[in-house]
Amino acid sequence: MIEGRVWKYGDDVNTDVIFPGKYTYQPLEPAEMAEHAMENLDSSFAKEVKKGDVIVAGYNFGCGSSREQAATCLKAAGIAAVIAKSFSRIFFRNAINNGLPVIELEDGVDDMEKGDTVSIDFEAGTVTHKGNAYHFPALPKEVLAILNDGGLIPHVRKQLGRE
Amino acid sequence: MGMSFAQKVLAAKAGLQSVAVGQIVEIEPDYCLSHDNTAAISKTFNKIGVERVKYPERFVIVLDHTVPASTEKYALGHKEIREFVREQGIANFYDAGVGICHQVLPEKGFALPGALILGSDSHTTTYGAFGAFSAGVGRSEMAVLYATGKIWLKTPASFKIVVSGKLEEPITSKDLILKIIGDIGADGALYRSIEFTGRAIEEMSLSSRMVLSNMAIECGAKNGYIAPDKKTFAFLDGRAVCEYTPVYPDADAKYEKVLEFDATRLDPQVAKPHTVDNVSPIEEVAGTKIDQALIGTCTNGRLEDLRLAGKILSGNKVADGVRLLILPASQQILLGALKEGLIETFVEAGALVLNPGCGPCLGAHQGVVAPGEVCLSTANRNFKGRMGSRDAEIYLASPATVAASAITGVITDPRAEFVGGTK
Repeated sequence: MIEGRVWKYGDDVNTDVIFPGKYTYQPLEPAEMAEHAMENLDSSFAKEVKKGDVIVAGYNFGCGSSREQAATCLKAAGIAAVIAKSFSRIFFRNAINNGLPVIELEDGVDDMEKGDTVSIDFEAGTVTHKGNAYHFPALPKEVLAILNDGGLIPHVRKQLGRE
Repeated sequence: MGMSFAQKVLAAKAGLQSVAVGQIVEIEPDYCLSHDNTAAISKTFNKIGVERVKYPERFVIVLDHTVPASTEKYALGHKEIREFVREQGIANFYDAGVGICHQVLPEKGFALPGALILGSDSHTTTYGAFGAFSAGVGRSEMAVLYATGKIWLKTPASFKIVVSGKLEEPITSKDLILKIIGDIGADGALYRSIEFTGRAIEEMSLSSRMVLSNMAIECGAKNGYIAPDKKTFAFLDGRAVCEYTPVYPDADAKYEKVLEFDATRLDPQVAKPHTVDNVSPIEEVAGTKIDQALIGTCTNGRLEDLRLAGKILSGNKVADGVRLLILPASQQILLGALKEGLIETFVEAGALVLNPGCGPCLGAHQGVVAPGEVCLSTANRNFKGRMGSRDAEIYLASPATVAASAITGVITDPRAEFVGGTK
């Protein structure tokens, strides 16, 4: 169960605005990536984001390049979950693989505004906003197992008995 | 019930008789691609705790995104990659200058009908033009593929896009795919497998088909399949790295949607800033002043693209105040363009010819744009900040449109420069 402050964005938020291409081949640590998070979309984000905040967006969040830093930088910036009406498939995988929860939800998203508070109950599969509870479908068990292990690398290390 | 192409490939790779849409399968890809991001991937690989890449022969590594290295950091990344491929015995390594990965894999015979190819690059969809199932994945996933050779995939639903008619020069498959993306939207085929079919597709060259599959990701698709035919088999003759079995969808396959387009009398199309689906016919943007023009990339850097641009540029000069960049997709294409005299045409016109590679397409180096500038490009993305400044504007169009516009200095209908197809 998490409760977070909302950052609200529209449809088709692409990975070039989340994490610009000019940084993608520079060897950056996650904390350095977080300094550039949302740089081409919202210059206030990296400065003002707080641990536990939640991104709420429209359709096709994370479209474009496969760059995994788009997920890594949001996680490192402290984002607790991304709620969107839909996700691009590669970003969706990258988020799970980075241990960043992604919630596909159409209902209620249009009413959520920047600065609002939302609470997310992963076990019950609900997002609550201003007293209204919205249901989201559970992730497939294969995918949930990766998320629960904190991402793909810890998950595979566990599978291979490297822990 | 028959199966779509995606279902048939995924069932075969998973060792199952059939798979349903939405079913998650664990598979071993035939080939996996990574590029300059191999430096970062190799570090993630080291964190897994496995010493050796499990199947080195299944990995293809191409340096293309920042070649030749323009900073010390890029140079160090390339050095680390060369050491990694040597230590791990990865023989399929193509160093800086060979070309862009999405051109090099087909040229070297890895893009095979019925093959399952994954790459840590979103435009891995390109190999669908050869009848492969190919899709992008992330860096962590590629690191795990190095370690285990395995990955999970969800079976996508399928769209069939039927294109009737025939493209008439100087209208190209780029105009067609921009029209399709503009109509269905950036998420119009989200998580779907597209099968392109119809008379216009059958008549197209492999290079033209690659444009469609390359840009399938721009409407959200997982892959963009085109049925392999005589042209495909002829291209692969003597080139294929191994034997292959073409996979075709069943005649009674179920499609979530069937979309129809007509290639005949298609107007030149332009994607306006800052999304690929913000498409209009050229008349709506004609006259827009440009500062830079780019012809090339993994979308439109092939010989037929350069020939078309050469026809239009021959005997003309690039407009004052415009930089025209030519970016061949591979060394082989550069060589072909040299032999055909196209490079001479470009240089005489005042163009700047870059080395094969990704160039400024993703804003990492070589020809990025300044605030307030306008770039007209044959690449596949025009997102805000993609080519450098977030305050620049990128328009996308065909090689013919970009060539014609470079001459006039404003976005120009190539048909005006190309009367009757003979110019």
